[in-house]
Amino acid sequence: MSAVHKPNSAFDGIAQIGACGIFLLQILAAVPRSLRYFRETVRQVWFVGAMSLVIIMISGLFVGMVLGLQLYDVLSRFGATAASGTVVAFALYRELGPVVTALLFAGRAGTSITAEIGLMRATDQLDAMEMMAVDPLAYVVAPRFLAGIAAMPLLACLFNALAILGAHGVCVSWLGMDNGTFWSNMTSSIDVWKDVMSGVWKSAAFGAVVTLIATFQGYTTAPTSEGVAYATTRTVVFSSIVTLALDFVMTAFLM
Amino acid sequence: MPTMSANPTRPTIASPGDGALIRVRGLRTVLNGKTIFDGVDLDIPRGGITAIMGPSGTGKTTLMRHITGQLAPDAGEIIVDGRDVARIGREELFGLREKIGYLFQNSALLTDYSVFENVAFPLRQHLKLPEELVRNIVLTKLQAVGLRGAAELMPSELSGGMMRRVALARAIVRDPMMIIYDEPFVGLDPIALNQILKLIRTLNETLGITSILVAHELAAVRRVADHIYLLAAGRIAAHGAPDDLARGETPWTRQFFSGEADGPVPFHYPAPDYAAQLGLATPASARPAESKA
Repeated sequence: MSAVHKPNSAFDGIAQIGACGIFLLQILAAVPRSLRYFRETVRQVWFVGAMSLVIIMISGLFVGMVLGLQLYDVLSRFGATAASGTVVAFALYRELGPVVTALLFAGRAGTSITAEIGLMRATDQLDAMEMMAVDPLAYVVAPRFLAGIAAMPLLACLFNALAILGAHGVCVSWLGMDNGTFWSNMTSSIDVWKDVMSGVWKSAAFGAVVTLIATFQGYTTAPTSEGVAYATTRTVVFSSIVTLALDFVMTAFLM
Repeated sequence: MPTMSANPTRPTIASPGDGALIRVRGLRTVLNGKTIFDGVDLDIPRGGITAIMGPSGTGKTTLMRHITGQLAPDAGEIIVDGRDVARIGREELFGLREKIGYLFQNSALLTDYSVFENVAFPLRQHLKLPEELVRNIVLTKLQAVGLRGAAELMPSELSGGMMRRVALARAIVRDPMMIIYDEPFVGLDPIALNQILKLIRTLNETLGITSILVAHELAAVRRVADHIYLLAAGRIAAHGAPDDLARGETPWTRQFFSGEADGPVPFHYPAPDYAAQLGLATPASARPAESKA
């Protein structure tokens, strides 16, 4: 019989959401104390950000290539291939960049955060910190939370940049679209504050949500191998659902 | 003579009275529907070495978690250095914990840090000391546990016994007011065991550190402890000087210290009828005795 408590009713689900909300308040309260561990926050930015670069950049390149190919094909039916660059940029800056980056971030960084904190829980490392009068929320959780918020917009920007390069490669280098048309239509249509920054705000919010879920799942995991595995899975599932739902809400407010 | 309770009922606290660093009164704890403590009273004298012993699962580690404020009791009070740990705020609790060294049952070393950094961790977190002084303190403590040469190793490169010794060095690195040793002798070879026993006694005698030992090894405990509390059935079954308890003058001490299966502490976890569970026919007269098998 499993020792892991799995939420199996609506009541359990609501209780989990409430517990996660309280956990968020505890993290926010711990943020001022965590500033004395600034080095740890920088280390976590490197860990969740720099270490995610490869998957984000490769994914961005291919997403952009696919997007360029599909849009060029569809727009050519209406004689509007000149708008390919513009549509690619709109789609990436407003939606695909932040959302796909968040989903990849949940799979790459979220799972590692959950597994790391979960194993610290299972091996009494968090209790040992408490016994040494070191607050694990300030030393372990808050730096990861701040790192997620800082790293996600940067990763999303890189994702967008690589995706636009991928689309440019397909549309201009492969399919023969005019290079000047691709760039000039894009730059004349995209508004930095409305289009680019809305994606940046979104990705910061997604970074907060994904790291909140990842740290919560790790911190509250059952101290068993099955418990850590289950918590890691929940991080990906819940992060993905919440990211997509939050995306809809933020889009409605930012448009 | 050991102070005992045959049933066990609440014992009379024979020592140490007003000099107690820790005073527990009427402790009651229920975890997952199971009563762990049901009216535990005990005093831990300041500057002494007190051993908490008892059968597995009687709540020895849980008692330590109460004393350090990691777990709140359902009833009763736990006074540590004049403060009720269940009722003080987080800041005050952390202030108290800075004076307590805790050796965890499974060592609980920080796996991303080297042996040196593990021992230095409490110093770096709470004291702004020059790096050279931190280095000297850490190496002194590692020398005391015989692992100065392992300072640069990672926890994954250590044996279980070595990890316990590193954890011990970390627990004593700030020369705390009190040290709690949760199963400190597990996994130690006879040489390391002897040295750790000497270290516990030396820390106690030279620095006046109050020590609480949670252990099962009576021979080792007798060499260092001044006082033993025997926990059983949610209460203090007996307490007194090690030599007095080891004479086994009560059913509890007799069974525990001689390791007998028969006695007030059941060896078997409560279970249904053995023969019935194996699918064998059982005479009706044999059934009631099964739970004691």
